[in-house]
Amino acid sequence: MERNEVVIKAGKSALNYWREVWRQRELFWILGKRDVMVRYKQSVLGIAWALIRTLLTTLVMAFAFGKIAKLDQSTSIPYILVVIPGVIIWLFFSQCLLQISNSIVGNSNLVSKVYFPRIIIPFSSFLVGLLDAVIAIIFFFVVCLYYQFLPSWHIIFAPVFLLLAYLGAFGAGLFAATLNVKYRDIGQIIPFVVQFGYFISPVAYSIEEYKTKWWYPIYNLNPVAGTVDGMRWCLLGDYAEFNWQSFIPMIFFVIISVLFSIWFFRKNENSFVDHL
Amino acid sequence: MKAISIENISKKYILSHKKKKYQNLKESVSGFLGEIFTSKDEEETKEVFWALQNVSFDIEQGDRIGIVGSNGAGKSTLLKILSRITEPTSGQVNVNGRMASLLEVGTGFHPDLTGRENIFLNGAILGMKQQEIKRQFDEIVSFAGIEKFLDTPVKRYSSGMYVRLGFAIAAHLEPEILIVDEVLAVGDSEFQKKCLGKMKDVSSSGRTILFVSHNSTAIQGLCNKAAFLQKGNLVKYGEVGEVLHDYMTSISKFQLQQNWETPDNAPGNDQVRIKNIEVIPEFVNGSKNIDVRTPLKINIEFWNMLESAHLNLSIFLYNMTGECVFNVGSQAKTFSKGLIKGMLEIPGNFLNDGSYYISVMIVKDTADPIYFMEDAISFDVADWREGTNWYGKWPGAVRPINIPVKTWKVDGLI
Repeated sequence: MERNEVVIKAGKSALNYWREVWRQRELFWILGKRDVMVRYKQSVLGIAWALIRTLLTTLVMAFAFGKIAKLDQSTSIPYILVVIPGVIIWLFFSQCLLQISNSIVGNSNLVSKVYFPRIIIPFSSFLVGLLDAVIAIIFFFVVCLYYQFLPSWHIIFAPVFLLLAYLGAFGAGLFAATLNVKYRDIGQIIPFVVQFGYFISPVAYSIEEYKTKWWYPIYNLNPVAGTVDGMRWCLLGDYAEFNWQSFIPMIFFVIISVLFSIWFFRKNENSFVDHL
Repeated sequence: MKAISIENISKKYILSHKKKKYQNLKESVSGFLGEIFTSKDEEETKEVFWALQNVSFDIEQGDRIGIVGSNGAGKSTLLKILSRITEPTSGQVNVNGRMASLLEVGTGFHPDLTGRENIFLNGAILGMKQQEIKRQFDEIVSFAGIEKFLDTPVKRYSSGMYVRLGFAIAAHLEPEILIVDEVLAVGDSEFQKKCLGKMKDVSSSGRTILFVSHNSTAIQGLCNKAAFLQKGNLVKYGEVGEVLHDYMTSISKFQLQQNWETPDNAPGNDQVRIKNIEVIPEFVNGSKNIDVRTPLKINIEFWNMLESAHLNLSIFLYNMTGECVFNVGSQAKTFSKGLIKGMLEIPGNFLNDGSYYISVMIVKDTADPIYFMEDAISFDVADWREGTNWYGKWPGAVRPINIPVKTWKVDGLI
């Protein structure tokens, strides 16, 4: 057995924190798997719910934005194909954000009774959303078959944008999770953001015509905008241009928010148990 | 080699006392408006509470340490710091070796998951590798005795099954240092026996154990050293018997003697009044507190105010639940006015462990109780046993060790 020396001291968490995270990587999978299993336990349709959620969200959005708001007249491909990449990213992002921001408080029974690097908990909270996203991508292929639409080769970059969406949710969610331990107000804000966030993200509409407006750079501070545009580029190929204007702010947001949140989380994690 | 060295550990909590300002909406609106125009006079007050103060001690590798102390003494805080759940306000701990802590049975069990799924989940949370769990899976299941319910969600388990499964997983951890908090307070006595047996196995394999329990018998049996905490301070650390003695004396609310100088304020009536009543333990084998081996002498003195009364003394011994263990009486004799002494000896190796109360009755003419003094004195009998690996509560109102049970081999094969 390897030598294992630990110093416990005020204000100083373990020096080899990341080595410990690596050593406990199994826990990361187990916790993620637990979230998935628990979600569909004791339900008749089980994992089919992931498909139903995607299907209904897509149909409602395609109908409301496409038919009622008449946005479908400006596109050359079926409007539903424009909506699906947005729905994939949005469902994945919002799912991750909800799970991550609630991860520490929701697992308070673990945090207050056993030690492991706490960051494993929010890290592992993406499997539920990822599963949904994978199912949604399969759904996209089915729709493609129906419309005889050939997805472009850009699709090989889809995992990159899923990862970026995850990191965006991780950056924001981890910060929220840390605050949520002390201020439960955060638990009120996040569902609200999730409920209305897709109105200010190009989920069910495309924003290409407004690129010259003065508010467009501000709009792009929302990291979902960059990832949705990117996902559209992956899945629709020539029908959606790669949008550097939203991609660059998104990359900045992801890097800064992830680094800042990890620093903030590490600073506070040792006192979590005193506030839970 | 030192397994854990604890240097000047302190832990501070800030308690804020906020006065509840407003009880209802009307009050809160008017109160808020009032506050805008007047200065605040109610403020929250903060109080500093030290859960632990400058606790230092060293634990050698292979030591089995019992931690005792009354509620709020800081035992759990100490365990939480050692198991890295919370960090100390000041001080430093050096831990040498792979450590696992068990502050709760079944940490992280998810009610909706089955027993099988929870074994893997809980094992991973406690720091086991999936391979290790797979290897020990069958053993865990049979230790917990839940073979039939492996695929039932644990929310449908009885509380006993739940606890058994939780402990079974923890028992198969193989850390070098094991920290255990009160987990033995749950489960039936058979299971407790199993747990203590398992802990004994662990300790005899040379691993270090830290064990918090209110079961002093278990601590006595399992541990070689003990630490006694009181109000966040380490009062004593050393050999288990000595520390337990100090702890027992400190929590003992028992009254071994009641004594009155003059008949004026002594309890009684115009016929008899009690002067003195006491229990005198006769310690053997160097023990310092009353345990099941200790012979006890009970002395009673009372003033008789009656001329030539035909009196006898009747003594009742009750246990903690209020059951009368026995009632014995003296021969009735005719006494003239004055001080009368009585004495009763309870042999060692007779009473079971527990708390006892003594009531005294003075009877006239062998039929007429003239005074009954209830719960006059009380004492506590601690447990002591040898030649057994079992530390659960010994059953029975008495434990007459001197009544022998014999076994012998009968000739013949079957």
